[in-house]
Amino acid sequence: MKVTLRIWRQAKADAPGGMVTYPLDGVSQDMSFLEMLDLLNEHLTERGEEPVAFDHDCREGICGMCGVVINGLAHGGQHTTTCQLHMRSFADGATIDIEPWKAGAFPVIKDLVVDRSAFDRIIQAGGFISANTGSAPEAHSVPAPKRQADLAFDNATCIGCGACVAACPNGSAMLFTSAKITHLAMLPQGQPERYSRVKSMVAQHDEEGFGGCTNIGECAQVCPKGIPLESISQLNRDLIASLFKGDGKQG
Amino acid sequence: MAITGLLLVGFLLAHMFGNFKMLLPDDGKEFNAYSHWLRDFGYPAIPHTVFLWIFRIVLLLSVFLHMYSAFKLRVRAAANTGGSRYVVKRNMEKSYAARTMIWGGIIIVLFVIMHILQYTAQVLKFGYASGVSTLEPYDRVLAGFSQWWVVLIYAIAMGAVCMHLWHGVWSALATLGVQVSAASRKVLKAVAYVISVGLFLGFMIPPVLILFEVIGK
Repeated sequence: MKVTLRIWRQAKADAPGGMVTYPLDGVSQDMSFLEMLDLLNEHLTERGEEPVAFDHDCREGICGMCGVVINGLAHGGQHTTTCQLHMRSFADGATIDIEPWKAGAFPVIKDLVVDRSAFDRIIQAGGFISANTGSAPEAHSVPAPKRQADLAFDNATCIGCGACVAACPNGSAMLFTSAKITHLAMLPQGQPERYSRVKSMVAQHDEEGFGGCTNIGECAQVCPKGIPLESISQLNRDLIASLFKGDGKQG
Repeated sequence: MAITGLLLVGFLLAHMFGNFKMLLPDDGKEFNAYSHWLRDFGYPAIPHTVFLWIFRIVLLLSVFLHMYSAFKLRVRAAANTGGSRYVVKRNMEKSYAARTMIWGGIIIVLFVIMHILQYTAQVLKFGYASGVSTLEPYDRVLAGFSQWWVVLIYAIAMGAVCMHLWHGVWSALATLGVQVSAASRKVLKAVAYVISVGLFLGFMIPPVLILFEVIGK
């Protein structure tokens, strides 16, 4: 199949960017979206042009590294990651617009690559469980109720790709933050730091310059892992509860 | 934002219920008595109009805090998404009401100013002579809504309220953490739809009946 690509090219962070058109022939419908970009880059390299920079790693939809806005929708809006999107989703002869995630907190490094270390700093602010190392405890000594365990697993599937921020009209990272909050709040191991965690993670979220949540719901629609809006309500419940908890106070 | 918003929704529901006194076939006796009672609530324990002013201050404070939150959200969003963000952008979530909250809010604020100038301060006199200032509340309402364009303005404003609350009531409840599951989301959205459509219909019944001379003649 043959496609026409319109790709955001930007030489470096502070350089101006713009859309550049590339016709591409010989695309197989079995190619993943990233393999199609690989093909384009081979052609560009042969012609002596600068290949299009894009992030990728596992190409199995589980690492969260890849992600671009395709035809105006994060990951192409197919409830999957960009690497798991295949060219059979597009018509022969289609024009495909490809842009990087755009948000103040996600500055473009080059072309389609953005700096998402703001997410790392939100996780560093409390998205973990402090535990002394040692031999693993007997698994059955800490029972986790089935429903809560399922919720925790569902929310733990967040791969931090950043599609929620890219799609949100407010540029909010609440869906990402709430997935980690809900994941840890549902498990017994997450309880000791539950209320200090929600405070410090939300504080870091705001510190990074992400916008506030106005419950529009675009984030949950593009999320490749199906994190629901209810997770944000869980975050809000914990945040409100933290106002009345001693361990919610910053130490 | 959620708390002040819900406070204002509570006020609207009470206001709508009060308006229904217009429908009583007693030439406005009950409605006028109700209007005066609002000024003398708690009298003689509380002096004249004191309760009313406390009520007004709480509402005004709610409106300002609500607007301040909206402004802050807007500034944060603009700082993070700024300017021309994407060359091509599409949406998956059908949420026209959610994306136009600020415009609905602006229409409502402008309308409330007009509404207070018309019926409370009696600066704007629609449907009766500009020199008259002795009309009872019931007669002021009849005079205003005998004009078709006044009814039209109110219909537009109530449409804005309906749109604002279509998203707002659910959003406020979600922000307060009431939304605990996918099933509860459906219930909360249904509550929002019933309240917003109910307010639109409830507020428009008296003006439309007055315009078509079903009441007041």
